[in-house]
Amino acid sequence: MQALYAQLLVGLINGSFYALLSLGLAVIFGMLNIINFAHGALYMMGAFVAYFLLSLGGINYWWALLLAPIIVGIFGMILERTMLQWLTGLDHLYGLLLTFGIALIVQGVFQNYFGSSGLPYAIPDQLKGGMNLGFMFLPIYRGWVVIFSLVVCLATWFLIEKTRLGAYLRAATENPTLVRAFGINVPRMITLTYGLGVGLAALAGVLSAPINQVRPLMGADLIIVVFAVVVIGGMGSIMGSIITGFALGVIEGLTKYFYPEASNTVVFVLMVLVLLVKPTGLTGRAA
Amino acid sequence: MKTKSIASFLLGTALAVTTAGVAFAQDKTVKIGALSDQSGLYADLGGPGSTLAAQMAVEDSGLAAKGWKIDIISGDHQNKPDIGTAIARQWFDVDKVDIIVDVPNSGVALAVNNVVKEKNGVYINSGAATSDLTNAQCTPNTVHWTYDTYMLAHTTGQALVKAGGDTWFFLTADYAFGAALERDTTSVITANGGKVVGSVKHPLNTPDFSSFLLQAQSSKAKIIGLANAGGDTTNAIKQAAEFGIGKGGQKLAALLLFLTDVKALGLETAQGLNFTETFYWDMDDKTRAFSKRFAEKMKNNAPPTMVQAGVYSGLRHYFKALEALGGNPHDGVKVVEKMKSMPTEDDLFGKGEIQPNGRTIHNAYLFEVKKPSESKGPWDFYKLVGTVPGDQAFTPLSESKCALLKK
Repeated sequence: MQALYAQLLVGLINGSFYALLSLGLAVIFGMLNIINFAHGALYMMGAFVAYFLLSLGGINYWWALLLAPIIVGIFGMILERTMLQWLTGLDHLYGLLLTFGIALIVQGVFQNYFGSSGLPYAIPDQLKGGMNLGFMFLPIYRGWVVIFSLVVCLATWFLIEKTRLGAYLRAATENPTLVRAFGINVPRMITLTYGLGVGLAALAGVLSAPINQVRPLMGADLIIVVFAVVVIGGMGSIMGSIITGFALGVIEGLTKYFYPEASNTVVFVLMVLVLLVKPTGLTGRAA
Repeated sequence: MKTKSIASFLLGTALAVTTAGVAFAQDKTVKIGALSDQSGLYADLGGPGSTLAAQMAVEDSGLAAKGWKIDIISGDHQNKPDIGTAIARQWFDVDKVDIIVDVPNSGVALAVNNVVKEKNGVYINSGAATSDLTNAQCTPNTVHWTYDTYMLAHTTGQALVKAGGDTWFFLTADYAFGAALERDTTSVITANGGKVVGSVKHPLNTPDFSSFLLQAQSSKAKIIGLANAGGDTTNAIKQAAEFGIGKGGQKLAALLLFLTDVKALGLETAQGLNFTETFYWDMDDKTRAFSKRFAEKMKNNAPPTMVQAGVYSGLRHYFKALEALGGNPHDGVKVVEKMKSMPTEDDLFGKGEIQPNGRTIHNAYLFEVKKPSESKGPWDFYKLVGTVPGDQAFTPLSESKCALLKK
């Protein structure tokens, strides 16, 4: 039983990454109608920016948590302005192919210069060590990841669903022409939204840097699972992707305990089941 | 009339054989295929570095000056056996490749092993670990050069059991390699009076080990054996430190660790780990000289791993055999027989031999990762702890299940 509690908690930790990443994807898909396949590469860039800030500039983890999402977010906004915006109104497939291509290029460039085994990034001193919870030894850093990502997820949800800015955004997706007529600069808002989604990916990258190796393929390994999370949660649903992210982390964690061989397929099995029963995803509305 | 026609037929055959013999002596073309993981989790320990090692072997052999024409092509098997065998088939059928080298990932290595035998090519495997290549699945076309799971079990594994680590829990990569390493290490543990209290099979390329580490932790085993490699091993080690596994009195056994893994971990995390390799760049003047030349040509100036060194050294021996044959017979079994008949000797692995089952025998070295304060340079990572002579490190012929030995 003790082991089970531990696995539940570990599942929540992985779930926080799924939630952060799928949230970014959901924001981008919901507002821009782009299936952002570059998300994994941008997540990886977040981790690399944190690494460079530390190794070249001596800038610590806490600043990286703020700066990396901004830097990668700006990179994302440049991508949106120079390439993605031309795809407005075209079939989803074009956005998917373009972003997939961008992901391959970015990963290729990083791999060329840094190899595939990755670079080390230490846990910040303030979060080192762990505490004994009785049923398990919880590294403080992991506890921090769960709490921090939960806060970020809820803040993003609040921003989009409950604020005036969020209302503009949602309105602009429904009917961009009408929103423009009210004097709102829709293209700029869309660029900023893409930047926000990308920033969330980079933030997840910084969070994962001390846990995983900072590797060029760290995003590619994760992105497929995250897409499954988004599909299960319902494309474009903010709350849906947060909840499914955490829930799938837990389910995966339990699989690792009961039948580890299936741990990297369980998410896809669930995806198939959900699609069979409810093709719009758990929280999705019919298009 | 009849006897005459038979005589002329015989004469014709004799003539044909002689001309064939002449053509054979003059054929000095060789095509090498370097098959590896070029972009995944094993790319740094093999990959482009192995292709470079092959190129250097060709240059250093000096065969070009003697009229030989040697080409190298490389391929990416992406750690998938079906892709690996498809490339190997195309290389033999279309590109007329004579020899395939490297091939890390035991799953792919065993699949390619069958193709090479079927096409009668030469196979010098450096990157894969499974001892099955020279045991149950041995072929007359295969030479397994650098290391194998039996050696890892009988060096690192044995040393740990003898030092009191008598209960083990395995984290095993869920494919041919992990299974072979766990099997070989388990037999060493039980033979030395130890016990395996549990194991968990994780998928290849697992980013998060926390679930598995917790299971290992609650097993209370003294040693947590990592029967995995590359990125899986570094992730497991890094996350084990996070979960306070060292502090709880449990010890991690990285049964297979490469130079590039230590680099990825950083000395802060990796210090004190014990493991075994058959080559390290900083052993003596000869290995340093080679590694310096190698690193200058590598993109990130990395010195060679033992896998890359094995590609170089294996090819040098192959070239010696071809030279002794006077030309390339394009007959894998024949070339490998010649290779087995000559003792191996080169700057990187020293003196050794290839056993009839295809296993290359040379020294194995027990290393310990240095403390950050002891390291004097960017790749100064290892302290030599002990040397195990080849005949004690690798499978004794009496234990080998290779069918070639039963002739």
